[in-house]
Amino acid sequence: MNWGIIFPLIIFLVILFIIGFWSNKYVKQSSSFIQEYFLGSRELGGFILAMTMMATYGSASSFIGGPGVAYSTGLGWVLLSMAQLPAGYFVLMILGKKFAIVARQYKAVTLIDYLKERYQSKWVGILSALSIIIFLFSSMTAQLVGGARLIESLAGINYTSALFVFVVSVMAYVIVGGFRAVAITDALQGTVMFFGTLILLIATIIAGGGISNIMADLVSENPNLVSPFGSNRELTPLYVSSFWILVGVGVVGLPQITVRAMSYKNSKAMHRAIIISTIFVGVIMLGMHLIGVFARPIIPGIEIGDSVMPTITMKVLPPFLAGIVLAAPLAAIMSTVNALLILVSSALVKDIYLSYINPSASTKEIKTISFSVTTVLGVIIFLMALSPPDFLIWLNLFAFGGLEAAFIWPVILGLYWKTGNKYGAIMSMLVGVISYILFDRNYPSALGMHTVVFPILLSLIAFIISSLVTKKATAQSL
Amino acid sequence: MEDKSFSDDSRFKIAKREAWMGVGLVIVNFLWWFGFAYGLGSGSPEEYHYILGFPEWFFYSCIGSLVIMSILIYWAVKKFFKDVPFEEEDMQQ
Repeated sequence: MNWGIIFPLIIFLVILFIIGFWSNKYVKQSSSFIQEYFLGSRELGGFILAMTMMATYGSASSFIGGPGVAYSTGLGWVLLSMAQLPAGYFVLMILGKKFAIVARQYKAVTLIDYLKERYQSKWVGILSALSIIIFLFSSMTAQLVGGARLIESLAGINYTSALFVFVVSVMAYVIVGGFRAVAITDALQGTVMFFGTLILLIATIIAGGGISNIMADLVSENPNLVSPFGSNRELTPLYVSSFWILVGVGVVGLPQITVRAMSYKNSKAMHRAIIISTIFVGVIMLGMHLIGVFARPIIPGIEIGDSVMPTITMKVLPPFLAGIVLAAPLAAIMSTVNALLILVSSALVKDIYLSYINPSASTKEIKTISFSVTTVLGVIIFLMALSPPDFLIWLNLFAFGGLEAAFIWPVILGLYWKTGNKYGAIMSMLVGVISYILFDRNYPSALGMHTVVFPILLSLIAFIISSLVTKKATAQSL
Repeated sequence: MEDKSFSDDSRFKIAKREAWMGVGLVIVNFLWWFGFAYGLGSGSPEEYHYILGFPEWFFYSCIGSLVIMSILIYWAVKKFFKDVPFEEEDMQQ
């Protein structure tokens, strides 16, 4: 064990616990437990909002998987990663004020509340809850595996103990503190991610003897590494561009992101968050992926992509600084897992239990059920992550695309297209998810684009046609 | 029952305009990114020009888009985005 590296990590975990217990004060005092626990009473300011959006979005793939692929692919993968730049501003501008106002009118606490109220349909609610639970489970597991592997390699303890440490740390502050604890720890985690990226980027450039020197090394190994096309010229412009849908504009459809767009205090907070999140997302994505490429001449011959980031950190930084920088991927993973945990918990408690099982539950019952559901969820994902699947980045992207295909049109067209109705929403979700799974199984990367492109198009068509066809029937029945 | 979310609220007009600006900014962002990356990067990698150590295409497309978009977004938000109240109670005052 390397205590120089572990010490900063332990301090980091202790601060997270303190935030959790501090937030618990609000959970106890709040007049509405549900509003506070699952949405932080809509009190987020601009900085916290920007950080929680960014930290929820930036995950294991941005800090571990992504730099690993960049290491073997070159600058082409950094180019691809910059398709994530809009994720910072696009979501907040598109959902924007309309979503914030309507969510308040509907008294919606979750994305599902909003959809149910907008479409006046319990089937929309059930389908959304199911897609959230299924997809986010796989996503949480993937993130957990990433987090545990990282702790395993850093602290030199076995995988099971590492997983245990990770799950217990995250659950401790999520269970007691709810959404507020999630958002505030995200702000801390986001800050760690940002400065960790900068420190490591600078140290890597110095270790490589300057940017020009690194580029020259890359060109002498394989000139394609500095081209936009990837080391084997495998990245076509069309394929790379299609990632703008998956990781750029499609992010509007991710429930863990949209729920944040109903949590802010006022329009000033939103304006500030748009600016801050763009800069932070941009710097982190550009920086981390560049580090992956720059690492290649410094530590050649790494076979396992996921180990590039930890290896380069320990190579170019003294132990204490390495500990701080390695808190960054851990923070990225934790801040994603905590968001998913509270979201899945809200889907089960608010959208299933309170909607269909026990609508007249007392506050005390709701509290007990919320704490226990969150705890049980933690235990289940722990058990699932014990026998981990291999390709972390792709598993993560599967959930990503599936959720986008399910939610993007019911959310956007629900806000801005009056004619859109429940038939459109249901068909859009079904077509989106089913076609995504079918494409993924039978015809991945159809026509040279990322698999998510066609399901998103098909679900748009399904939404519009179903809404228009049923418009007359609905009008008559009213 | 008429859905409140499609009422004649002036705040919704503002929201809609800002959403369209979001779409516009993404298109600008994409064209900038795509144009520089494949406009300057499509030649042979041995013949690239370099700026601050980076290949020219990369410098403009990736680093450039981050800088330009940050400035553009800052300007758009400060100049065109309007403060509106979110709560119903604020409206009645």
